[in-house]
Amino acid sequence: MKKKERVWRFGNNVDTDQIIPAGYLVTADKKELARHAFERVRPEFAKKVKPGDIIVAGKNFGSGSSREHAPRALMGAGISCVIAESFARIFFRNSINIGLPLVEAKVDVKNGDRIEVDFTSGKIKTKKKVYGFKELPPFLLKLIESGGLVQYTKKKLK
Amino acid sequence: MPTISEKILAQKAGLNKVEAGQIVEASVDHIMVNDVTGLPAFEVYKKNFSKVKPKRERIVLIPDHYVPNKDIKSAEQAKAMREFAKRYKIDNYFEVGRGGVCHQIMIESGFVAPGRLIVGADSHTCSYGALGAFSTGIGSTEAACAMASGKLWFKVPETQKFIVHGRPNDYVMGKDIILHVIGDIGVEGSLYKTMEWYGTTIDSLTIADRISIANMAVEAGAKAGIIPPDKKVEEYLKYRVRGQYKPVYSDRNARYSGIFEYSAKDIPPTVAEPFLPEKTKPASEVSVRIDQAYLGSCTNGRIEDMRAAARVLKGRKVHPDVRMIVVPASTEIQRRMMFEGLTDIFIQAGAFVSGPTCGACLGGYMGVLANEEVCVSTTNRNFVGRMGDKGSKTYLANPYVVAASAVTGKITDPNELK
Repeated sequence: MKKKERVWRFGNNVDTDQIIPAGYLVTADKKELARHAFERVRPEFAKKVKPGDIIVAGKNFGSGSSREHAPRALMGAGISCVIAESFARIFFRNSINIGLPLVEAKVDVKNGDRIEVDFTSGKIKTKKKVYGFKELPPFLLKLIESGGLVQYTKKKLK
Repeated sequence: MPTISEKILAQKAGLNKVEAGQIVEASVDHIMVNDVTGLPAFEVYKKNFSKVKPKRERIVLIPDHYVPNKDIKSAEQAKAMREFAKRYKIDNYFEVGRGGVCHQIMIESGFVAPGRLIVGADSHTCSYGALGAFSTGIGSTEAACAMASGKLWFKVPETQKFIVHGRPNDYVMGKDIILHVIGDIGVEGSLYKTMEWYGTTIDSLTIADRISIANMAVEAGAKAGIIPPDKKVEEYLKYRVRGQYKPVYSDRNARYSGIFEYSAKDIPPTVAEPFLPEKTKPASEVSVRIDQAYLGSCTNGRIEDMRAAARVLKGRKVHPDVRMIVVPASTEIQRRMMFEGLTDIFIQAGAFVSGPTCGACLGGYMGVLANEEVCVSTTNRNFVGRMGDKGSKTYLANPYVVAASAVTGKITDPNELK
């Protein structure tokens, strides 16, 4: 990804009830879910988010429920990746399994900044500096390269 | 030197030993989904594995979040589960009226046993650690994959040891212990780790109280919360468990990434203030008016929790400005409440008694909150907007505190009730 994408900045402990409130867990459709993403805490998000935008957050992003609807809503909104200091584990698994790119890093950016995430070189370029991030473990990279857990499982079952 | 988690994951992955940080592919004993997390899983299954025979004896389907259905969309969701069960001949399906909250049914119906590896598409799947299983929450897409292949990938977690010793104070339950610990280590304190629990206090707890502790391990960020199984677990499972089991214990010199010790005498009836389970305070130090008191959920919806609340409510009335809602976690508990006269105690006190459902815990229905309303609840999360409007507030507490608060109209330590 060589384009500079816009940042939506969040703090710590952004939980799954914030990402997609329980009342909307009656559909699995990404686009439908995206319409209600962050509805209670950032009401302008659903209307203003553009494909390619990046979420940058603090610690424990995605905490709370196992609802896969959370990363699906973000994918449906066109979020190209989520950068956070740390991720809650079920959110992390769900994102990897469905193909939403995640980066564990602590970056100093503001809401609206434009940054570039380069997965090949493992670098995040902001206006002020360049951050490096650690690659995912080989097995998880293999999953992502296979196109997600479903593709991986299909191959194994053959 | 391995811990319970390392032993179970190694065994299920067919390996001699594993190390924390290693990623393994392991065979799972059971895969559970509920009505909300089932729908995406069934859609993935139909689209990708429709010709694959799923591992039917391992799959457990339990509608609980929005049943009895609260609207047409949830009815369609529940219908999808029913159809999936029929199509693939999945016997472990628990219809409304003969089931309850998924985690309670998993435990009550004997799917859970020491040494098993169980995954569920619901974050509180960690509850089964109370009976010595390694159990953890997963997502819907991977639940579908696990249904097809019987396996799933896991990163072997580090383990932290929690020791609690001494006799619990009056009106203190498992709920207070876990709230106290989360208040100490924070909502990220056990991120990605397994919490193992030891000590005389833990030994003294009922299975119900142990489940409350394991249930909220995820609120500290944990992957699993495990209590080594003892005679109480054996007794509980004697006429209940399906199949055979072999308990697993950590080696005496197992390596822990941290050891935390607490004294039960330091733990009072505790509440977690909005908007994080780590914002804990003694109930006696919180003086907040409430609109609703909610008793139920996978955390505290068992007969022991009902007995505790009934002990407080017997001969008393719910405060005129408060509505109290009582929701048993299963049909079995609902019946016991009736037999033991607890249902009548609640109704006589002015509480509303429902059938089993997840209900208002996640703001589904059966007690959703309006703007500015305050609820004290035996549930497990108090995030912004968790139980209703984003302007509402939820305080987490044990059944005694919820009942005492319902009586006084404000958050109350039961020790202070006249």
